[in-house]
Amino acid sequence: MALTQVRTLENRLAEGDFSSSIEGLTEHDYQWTLNFGPQHPATHTTLRLVLKLEGERVVDAVPDIGYLHSGFEKIGEHLNYNQYVTVTDRMNYISPMANNVAWHCAVETLLGIELTPRCKYIRTIIAELARISDHLLCNGAVGLDTGAFTFFLYAFYQREVIYDIFETLCGARFTNSYTRVGGVMYDITPLVTEKIRTFVKNLPKTLDDMDRLLNRNRIFVDRTKGVGVLTREEAIHRSATGPIARASGVTRDLRKDEPYLAYKDFDFQVCAAKSGDCFARYLVRQAEMRESLKIVAAAVENIPAGPVNVGIDERVAIPTKQQVYQTIEGTISHFELTMSNRGFEVPHEESYTATEAPNGELGFYLVGDGSDVAYRARCRPPSYIHFAIFPHLIQGHTLSDVVAVLGSLNIIAAELDR
Amino acid sequence: MIQLASLDALKAAFPTVSISEFRNQMRAVVPPAEIYDSLEFLRDDREFELLVDITCVDYLTFRDAEHRFGLVYLLAGIETNERLTVRCFLDEPKLTVPSVVPLWEGANWMEREVYDMFGIEFEGHPDLRRILLPDEFTAFPLRKDYPMQGRGERHNFPVLRRNMA
Repeated sequence: MALTQVRTLENRLAEGDFSSSIEGLTEHDYQWTLNFGPQHPATHTTLRLVLKLEGERVVDAVPDIGYLHSGFEKIGEHLNYNQYVTVTDRMNYISPMANNVAWHCAVETLLGIELTPRCKYIRTIIAELARISDHLLCNGAVGLDTGAFTFFLYAFYQREVIYDIFETLCGARFTNSYTRVGGVMYDITPLVTEKIRTFVKNLPKTLDDMDRLLNRNRIFVDRTKGVGVLTREEAIHRSATGPIARASGVTRDLRKDEPYLAYKDFDFQVCAAKSGDCFARYLVRQAEMRESLKIVAAAVENIPAGPVNVGIDERVAIPTKQQVYQTIEGTISHFELTMSNRGFEVPHEESYTATEAPNGELGFYLVGDGSDVAYRARCRPPSYIHFAIFPHLIQGHTLSDVVAVLGSLNIIAAELDR
Repeated sequence: MIQLASLDALKAAFPTVSISEFRNQMRAVVPPAEIYDSLEFLRDDREFELLVDITCVDYLTFRDAEHRFGLVYLLAGIETNERLTVRCFLDEPKLTVPSVVPLWEGANWMEREVYDMFGIEFEGHPDLRRILLPDEFTAFPLRKDYPMQGRGERHNFPVLRRNMA
């Protein structure tokens, strides 16, 4: 009810006029507003929706974001290229490895560094493991929100295995900060390879179980099929990328279209669907995990030998202890990198580099100003772009569909607000 | 990654455009008055269907910078698989550019974020409000003259105590 109408109503009541007919009162005045979040278990993270409801139908949804805004882009202008990787962990904390890889791919493009083949393979493996862990959580949460608790536990069990692999690889389970400019923190060890092999062997069984649990489950299909439909034209018009765009029929996958790292060495398919609803997004993610598994399986058996970090000529990666003590170049390079007033040379230029993160296109627009701190570190967050689509997807659906659509978009508030 | 035909066509349609290259990435600089038309041209005639991102850079302390702000539009073609960065420079008194929401609905939140962080206004935007920061916030924090620690906004937030609520 408009404010003026309320005022006239109050005036009339004050004058003793209690007749019920109010001029200009329309159907819309029976709508009511519901605050969804910021602290609601089904939003998974702190995001708020103001829903306008008519009965149980959602007429309009207004997202209100910024509850987790922590100024990551401003921090990016004050931390150097190696330090900032710890902040990227906290963006999409469901798949921090993918963010690490995206950040350092962007830095290396700006610096013009070509990685060693071994490092490319290692980064490909961890990026794909991160994709699997992200999709497991996203699909598991969609199942959980629509009432399939067992499914969620199946997914979460395998996520724990991926955390174990990451722990063996770099010591951290959750916030990995594994990559460095020009390489990675530690080389891959035989124990990690063994754990990845076991994981590659076991995951297909879990995926089969998950498929059997939900793909033809009446409750799940009824709640997701035809809900939150995003057409191909709308997906492009609204800048959707990643599995959400692919579920709508946009066959764009940066791993195929702009092969970065070692992706051109592997045989895998781009998974896409046509219907663009929540069910299609679930199926695309489910299929992508199998494709990622193919990449991991092929990569882990074919890791090239050789050094993992770039050579000392590039002057970006810390040289090995042997090089520091036995060669003059190593000593100089180590000194240059360690002294706070030296650091590495960065061109006065800007570049944009995107990678196919589990959630969509994750890119960094970097401006270098000669120092080893970025002049501007813009992150193109897929969650932010996808959450803008949400009001369009939910209009006309019921309140209970809000969680299904929200889950299938995989909104991570830390990446949304940065 | 970008075919030169697109750049030649852009250059032919808008003679004021200047083009540069860095690490195989093509960048076009367009005057603010022509930004809407050039983006529409790129979308309709050269199949840059996807607006990847809109962002902004404050060149206040950047070496040899001639302008204060640089708006960055990142475009990509889905079929052609090309990428193009379109930039336009703005200076202090007139920080307005036409909004590209009529071209891409996805630009809505991107432009709101640029407005929120840099204070650049987009003419014709349907709903130009702050998005990440609270509405009462007065500064534009990603500008280079804004300190990292803030200007006390955080300390001056009204605190609601338990006995007051």
